[in-house]
Amino acid sequence: MKTENPKAWFFVLPVLVLVAFNALIPLMTVVNYSVQETFGNNLFFWQGLDWFENILRSDRFHGALGRQILFTATILAIEIPLGVIIALAMPRSGPWVSVCLVLMALPLLIPWNVVGAMWNIFTLPDIGLLGYTLNTVLGIDYDMTQNPTAAWATIILMDVWHWTSLVVLLAYAGLISIPEPYYQAARIDGASNWSVFRYIQLPKMKRVLTIAVLLRFMDSFNIYTEVFVLTGGGPGNSTTLLSIDLVKVALGQFDLGNAAAMSLIYFAFTLLVSWLFYTIMMKDEE
Amino acid sequence: MAKITLDKLSHSYDPNPSGPDDYALKEIDLDWVDGGAYALLGPSGCGKSTLLNIISGLLTPSDGRVLFDGKDVTDLPPDQRNIAQVFQFPVIYDTMSVYDNLAFPLRNRGVDAARVDKRVMEIATMLELEDQLKTRASNLTPDNKQKISMGRGLVRDDVNVVMFDEPLTVIDPAQKWKLRSKLKELHQKIAVTMIYVTHDQTEALTFADQVVVMQDGIIVQIGTPVELFERPRHTFVGHFIGSPGMNVLPCEVSGGLATFGGHPVELEGRISKVGQKTEIGIRPEYVRLTDSGIPAVVRKAADIGRHTVVEVIAGKSSINAIIDGPPPEAGTQVHLSFDPSQTRVYSDGWIATEVAS
Repeated sequence: MKTENPKAWFFVLPVLVLVAFNALIPLMTVVNYSVQETFGNNLFFWQGLDWFENILRSDRFHGALGRQILFTATILAIEIPLGVIIALAMPRSGPWVSVCLVLMALPLLIPWNVVGAMWNIFTLPDIGLLGYTLNTVLGIDYDMTQNPTAAWATIILMDVWHWTSLVVLLAYAGLISIPEPYYQAARIDGASNWSVFRYIQLPKMKRVLTIAVLLRFMDSFNIYTEVFVLTGGGPGNSTTLLSIDLVKVALGQFDLGNAAAMSLIYFAFTLLVSWLFYTIMMKDEE
Repeated sequence: MAKITLDKLSHSYDPNPSGPDDYALKEIDLDWVDGGAYALLGPSGCGKSTLLNIISGLLTPSDGRVLFDGKDVTDLPPDQRNIAQVFQFPVIYDTMSVYDNLAFPLRNRGVDAARVDKRVMEIATMLELEDQLKTRASNLTPDNKQKISMGRGLVRDDVNVVMFDEPLTVIDPAQKWKLRSKLKELHQKIAVTMIYVTHDQTEALTFADQVVVMQDGIIVQIGTPVELFERPRHTFVGHFIGSPGMNVLPCEVSGGLATFGGHPVELEGRISKVGQKTEIGIRPEYVRLTDSGIPAVVRKAADIGRHTVVEVIAGKSSINAIIDGPPPEAGTQVHLSFDPSQTRVYSDGWIATEVAS
């Protein structure tokens, strides 16, 4: 027999209130905006799903979404394998472990807008260390404020620099949780290094890597600060990712209905991809 | 298949050992006969896993050599020694099927598919895993996982030795019995040398033909289960094997005679050496409660099924006796007699009496 105690709700209440104020109510406000046209003096007109239709048909949105997908796919394709490789190369014991861990954690501790500002200065063609080296020492024409390819290379490099550590730390945590007998048994079974990676390390890292991919997907898909500080979405709109475009619509044009509908589509897309990925990865777990 | 010789083997985990206390293994000389079933028995931390890892090649000894059939393999890595080892916790390749797990050591050595299939089927049948060959290994129960670990050790027919490092620790008691007898049966079938490390005397005594007892990095005694029980060479063996273990009682030795608490004690034979500390060793099975002899007071009695263990106090020593029939009440005055043929003097821990011929 299950007995129900209504007092239990009392204990859940603070969480409900918190979630309501930081998630549900703002989200509902957005939903409210997304179906109306707003003018000054608080005038609202019912629009139905027109905004959604407009956005889904707009080339501007398609462009931003395409750039966003390209950006996220590129950084995932670099950061996940690179993170795993660095984690595999890190020592498992001894005094160097803490040195490596601290070095890895450093980029994660830097505030996002500072990362953007750092890379902005770093890449200045006349005085930035990277910009100066490329242009003057190596003679490569590099100016990310002029050249879209250079801008893309820079934002990707910046993200890799900033976030690969997270993948490293997660993968490393997965690796050190593998008991020593697994490696010993593999040596006795005559397994090659590749087999050890393929059949022991990779399966044991699967859960943490799933988490790593999810976190990096969500964070990079929602990235705003670093790219905004570094390129402002330019040159032109070549690095205008979804969130940057969204802010332009919402705060630049003060087009609230349009922005609200765009937010909801954006949110739904992030949620859908995360859910699909997680479900597929966890399918054969018990 | 090979005879394994350990030649003046010692090992320290400290790179600069300063004294004997820094050694996990202290000078071990030992031959493992080809095809034998051995148990390596000792308490936790006595060096038995160290010894095992040295034989398998996972550890390189600080000193001494490991020989397989007279060939020095001390510096060879595990995969070139042709050995198999089963660990305390089941090691399985989660993403592979049971079949692939068993085939893995063979495939890594480039054995052709037909032969792999034959061996895997043989081993799976022996271990009663043939119904589950297609199952993903991660979905098995712990005892079946451990069977796979064993199977991977046994699947190669050219192994010199299969070593088991406390393999039944995570298996529940009912399955333990089954796996242990399975192992014994396998040994009789394939006659490969097996070394079974355990701190559980029951496991050691039921599995092995020869039991090697270790303590503090040295081998205290090697013998059949019966020898270890009947004539322990060291008080440690007497105490460690048997339930309850051998009674070890302080005694005085003078003029070739031993006295316990002022009472002369008849021994199995002549005392050959007298060290600083002398003790009498007598198993509870050979202590009898009689009308005359060493006076003692009953402290408590415990029913262990067919027998009763009676704990008595004689002088300052507590002595266990295993008796049949109804036990005396606590506080009863009794007298003890020791079976002379099973009563020995130990000098500084080591046996110091000779069997009268």
